[in-house]
Amino acid sequence: MINTIKYLLTGIAFGIIMFKSEAASWFRIIEMFQFDAFHMYGIIGSALVVGVIGMQLIKRAQLNSFSGDAIVIPPKAKGWKNYLFGGTIFGLGWGLAGACPGPIFTLIGAGFLPLIVVLLAALAGTFVYGMLRPNLPH
Amino acid sequence: MIDAILKPWPWYVSGPLIASVMFFLIFSGRNFGMSGNLRTLCAAVGGNKACDFFKFDWKAQRWNLIFSVGAILGGYIAINFLSTDTAVDISENTIEWLKQYGFNDAGNAYLPERLFSMEALSNPKSLGLIALGGFLVGFGSRYAGGCTSGHAISGLSDLQLPSLIAVIGFFAGGLLMVHFIYPLLFA
Repeated sequence: MINTIKYLLTGIAFGIIMFKSEAASWFRIIEMFQFDAFHMYGIIGSALVVGVIGMQLIKRAQLNSFSGDAIVIPPKAKGWKNYLFGGTIFGLGWGLAGACPGPIFTLIGAGFLPLIVVLLAALAGTFVYGMLRPNLPH
Repeated sequence: MIDAILKPWPWYVSGPLIASVMFFLIFSGRNFGMSGNLRTLCAAVGGNKACDFFKFDWKAQRWNLIFSVGAILGGYIAINFLSTDTAVDISENTIEWLKQYGFNDAGNAYLPERLFSMEALSNPKSLGLIALGGFLVGFGSRYAGGCTSGHAISGLSDLQLPSLIAVIGFFAGGLLMVHFIYPLLFA
């Protein structure tokens, strides 16, 4: 129960950040791909500055989780094909729908109901990937 | 203070806050990745009967589904209680560029009416385009093993090469769509 509340509140914070930062705005995504403003690069860049420093701290100081366990960051599987091909397909969708998975949820909550179509289509895309997976280069 | 919250949040506040969400999840023994929820939802509605990719203990991902419900509620709270004007003040260049493709509310809205209004849902072309966009997001993020949160934020923070390759793909795809495919779709 306490965990449910914890993740619910963290998710609420994330949703508010996505909306208020305008990272959930289709217009901001188009502007980013037009290189017309620093805003989205600033969001991702400043998140990464904090993220890289924090990760290094966690590793060098061997910090533990809240529950006292060692923090293990699983490395991504080696390779490049699935990352490049999958990433490019994702990018095509990101440029068209103007929303990545987090903002899709947030925009539905904000009352933009056509995003339900985007979510259902994303689920369909995930399902089709699962079916085709054995036949795709990884 | 209240005024600063009601206005759009600047990038130097938003970025570190996103990183804080990631670290809170890491210190909770979890990881930050939104597209994993799409796989979990596929498994939860019976996808595990269709193929091996959806045969996993999806209930172990329950925390992330709850996080997503939070992300939905956060959107509701942000637009109803934490915003006065939701028009996104994008650059003049982008506004001009978008207007030539008929996105006339550029600079005056959060999302373009042409794609995301209820009227647009009854237009087969715009319905088809947002569905195609969503399909590619779902297919591509799973193929790449993550989306913006899993690769661009979490993976790059951990200096992982696969995530850098994925993010290069994200931008290659986005640039291709906006610069080469938009003129075909919206001219």
